Amino acid sequence: MSTRARLLLAVAALLGLVALVSPLWEVRLGAPQYPEGLGLRIYAHTVTGIKEHDLDNINGLNHYIGMQPITPSAIPELVYMPWLIGALVLAGLGVAARGSRRGVLLWLAAFALLGAVGLWDFWRWEYDYGHNLDMEHAIIIVPGMSYQPPIIGSKQLLNFTATAWPGLGAIALGVSFLLAAGVWVGTRRRVEAA
Amino acid sequence: MSLRTISQSSLLAAAALLAAGCGNTAPKQLVSGDAAQRVYVAPGEHDEFYSFMSGGFSGQMTVYGLPSGRLLKTIPVFSQFPENGYGYSEETKPMLETSYGPVPWDDTHHPQLSKTNGMPDGRWLFINANNTPRIARLDLTTFETDEILEIPNAAGGHASPFVTANSEYVVSAIRFSVPVPNKDVPIETYKQNFKGSLSFVTANQPGKMDIAFQILMPGYNYDLGRAGKAKSEGWFFFTTYNSEQAYTKLELNASKNDKDYIAAVNWKEAEKCVAAGKTTTVPANYRHNYMVAATRSAVSEKKTSVKMLLPTNCPGAVYFLPTPKSPHGVDIDPTGEYIVGGGKLASVIPVHSFTKMIAAIKAKAFDGELDGIPVLKYDAVIAGEVQKPGLGPLHTEFDAKGNAYTSMFISSEIVKWKLGTWEVLDRMPVYYSIGHLMIPGGDGTEPYGKYVVALNKITKDRYLPTGGELSQSAQLIDITGDKMKMLLDFPTQGEPHYAQALPAALIKDKQVKFFSLKDNQHPYVVRAESESGVSRKGKQVHVKMVAIRSHFAPDMIEGVEVGDTVYWHVTNIEQDWDILHGFAVLGMQTAELVLQPGETRTIAWTPKAPGVYPFYCTDFCSALHQEMQGYVRVSAPGSGVQLSAGVSPRSATQQARAAALPTAANPHAGMKMPAGGR
Ligand SMILES: [Cu+2]
Repeated sequence: MSTRARLLLAVAALLGLVALVSPLWEVRLGAPQYPEGLGLRIYAHTVTGIKEHDLDNINGLNHYIGMQPITPSAIPELVYMPWLIGALVLAGLGVAARGSRRGVLLWLAAFALLGAVGLWDFWRWEYDYGHNLDMEHAIIIVPGMSYQPPIIGSKQLLNFTATAWPGLGAIALGVSFLLAAGVWVGTRRRVEAA
Repeated sequence: MSLRTISQSSLLAAAALLAAGCGNTAPKQLVSGDAAQRVYVAPGEHDEFYSFMSGGFSGQMTVYGLPSGRLLKTIPVFSQFPENGYGYSEETKPMLETSYGPVPWDDTHHPQLSKTNGMPDGRWLFINANNTPRIARLDLTTFETDEILEIPNAAGGHASPFVTANSEYVVSAIRFSVPVPNKDVPIETYKQNFKGSLSFVTANQPGKMDIAFQILMPGYNYDLGRAGKAKSEGWFFFTTYNSEQAYTKLELNASKNDKDYIAAVNWKEAEKCVAAGKTTTVPANYRHNYMVAATRSAVSEKKTSVKMLLPTNCPGAVYFLPTPKSPHGVDIDPTGEYIVGGGKLASVIPVHSFTKMIAAIKAKAFDGELDGIPVLKYDAVIAGEVQKPGLGPLHTEFDAKGNAYTSMFISSEIVKWKLGTWEVLDRMPVYYSIGHLMIPGGDGTEPYGKYVVALNKITKDRYLPTGGELSQSAQLIDITGDKMKMLLDFPTQGEPHYAQALPAALIKDKQVKFFSLKDNQHPYVVRAESESGVSRKGKQVHVKMVAIRSHFAPDMIEGVEVGDTVYWHVTNIEQDWDILHGFAVLGMQTAELVLQPGETRTIAWTPKAPGVYPFYCTDFCSALHQEMQGYVRVSAPGSGVQLSAGVSPRSATQQARAAALPTAANPHAGMKMPAGGR
């Protein structure tokens, strides 16, 4: 593998660091009474509001439908996700150092698996928040309605329009994956050409 | 012409003008085609200016948007305000303390924005109390009254609170001369015993307003004042009337002299004399009240003395400029050169020149002395007179193009004239009996211009009639062209005595949206439902209560007895903009509380008979506002009902919030009640 390809791999691996400091996902909520909007930023290690008290205020509003409060300290994924991303970055650097195409493929496979499991896990949490309502505390009950926000795109949840979109961290991971995949494809062409 | 003829002809003329204004279409013709467009602010759009109008005898301040004339807020200052508990709640009661005891009403006259380099800087607004002289500071990030200083040795704080070009001082002059210090003397001894006072109040640090010094003046009536600026910075000007020193039938006896005075005070010189110890320390009894930010609770401190400066001990500090006939306004043009007097009984508008005044002082062009204060020669200081300006000129403001606008009380009009040539350029009738007028920034060094607002006392036929009492009014007039154009009139609360305005952009993004619960250091704050509860100290019952959409915690209290005073300490634990809660109890003899997000307020309640009393949220807060209620049970003395409070945690959300916040470091905390009282 050329030095350039290995360098690109290293860059791809290091892009994963962005996902440790930037939000992976953003969920924004808007309603007539919230022209300024409310929002959540989901990081690898925590969940915060976009504005200082957004998380509290979302939790406060969610009690009307009996939704569980979002308590970052109670979400175990937020503890081990940074380690997984960190391991991915280190493994990527290792693959870049060795320059093996097989290593790249394995790394991409692990990356894809992690991404898929991550998205599924995210969906599972959203499903739980949206369906597993505390009926004793649910004040507004619409029969048959679930309050699961979308993974990507917009959805109307009572008076709120919820819009979810990948954050800078997830975009960096996507770019990282595509860059590594490009290196893998590019080096194959060169082999064939030789 | 004798005074009697002047006033009679004036009154006749006023009657004639009023008659002309009523019952015909003249007012409507004043409004040209695009007037509605000029004042129309579309739904969802904001006004260009905040206008702060005094509420006159309401004791409050009102805030309007310009050009729409929409009322944005009423800010209680010197009057109790049941709408939000100001002056009734334990935190705000100290704001209305005076040396006379609590004074729950006053008469607000002249709002003044704090200034930097002679222009509004958007930090604070000052306003006077006329009856029991005081000066208040309002914070323009919260639109709340934060500080009040009582002015001792004063009565009728009318010439107040005028602010220097960099807010070094706000200044208050006495309207009714009185014995200083006040004492029991025959009123006939007015000339020997009655004195005037000019008070210089340090104003440039919140919570630290203080009387820097007072100047003891002859016993005249001091009516209005203005700080010099630009060229005349360092000077202060006050109008006087009643140089006759009459003490009865003033309408006649105080209107005899052909000339009264504008007192010119070189405050930088006075400052030097104060620093050099040329003052005497005089015992005085007055109050300084201010809000402590961390607790949002007011403190009232007693003050016992004041530094008094006699003009004779500080030569060069005070001069008198003779000015025709009972001047009301004294207004300084943007360059600081012209000092415009508004003689309410004068037939001309006299304008003094600052340059000529300084030269006359150098040349000692004096016409004698009054109580050691040199009187300058009229001809040596006068720059010009505006001839036939109208009847009853009161107050003048300026645009940025060298024009002056003077309000005419008796002839009910605004007259535009040119500085330097003194020619009248235009007139605009107003409806009716204008006092002050206001141009945004029009008392500053670079007026924003654009509009003049007429502040009128009488409305007669302007709006739908409402019995014997009609609203007062403001009128908005376009001054961008050569001719003034009437755009709008709108009713006001109380008397819109004077106003100030600044561009909305200067302050609208600095507004406090909620108070931080984390930083709330009120001794009875509760930051989560788990901290709420009741406690007893002898005959006092303290309820620490949470208000949050859509309930109170506790919401079921028992064990209160007749003879107890219940202190409701309610905290709105929301941290969300514009989410307020209210609180009121059946039969409460004080007021409701309205709580801003993150704020703790306390109201005292003394139940008189056994029974069960509901309390509820008075500020519509959510879909379940009607459910935001609770009960307190009151038993006969000695009935032995255990003091208890039902606290029902709303949801795990509240536990999460409590866990995230530091607990109140509070030695007075009530006993913790077991959760789940229901
Ligand atoms: Cu409420």
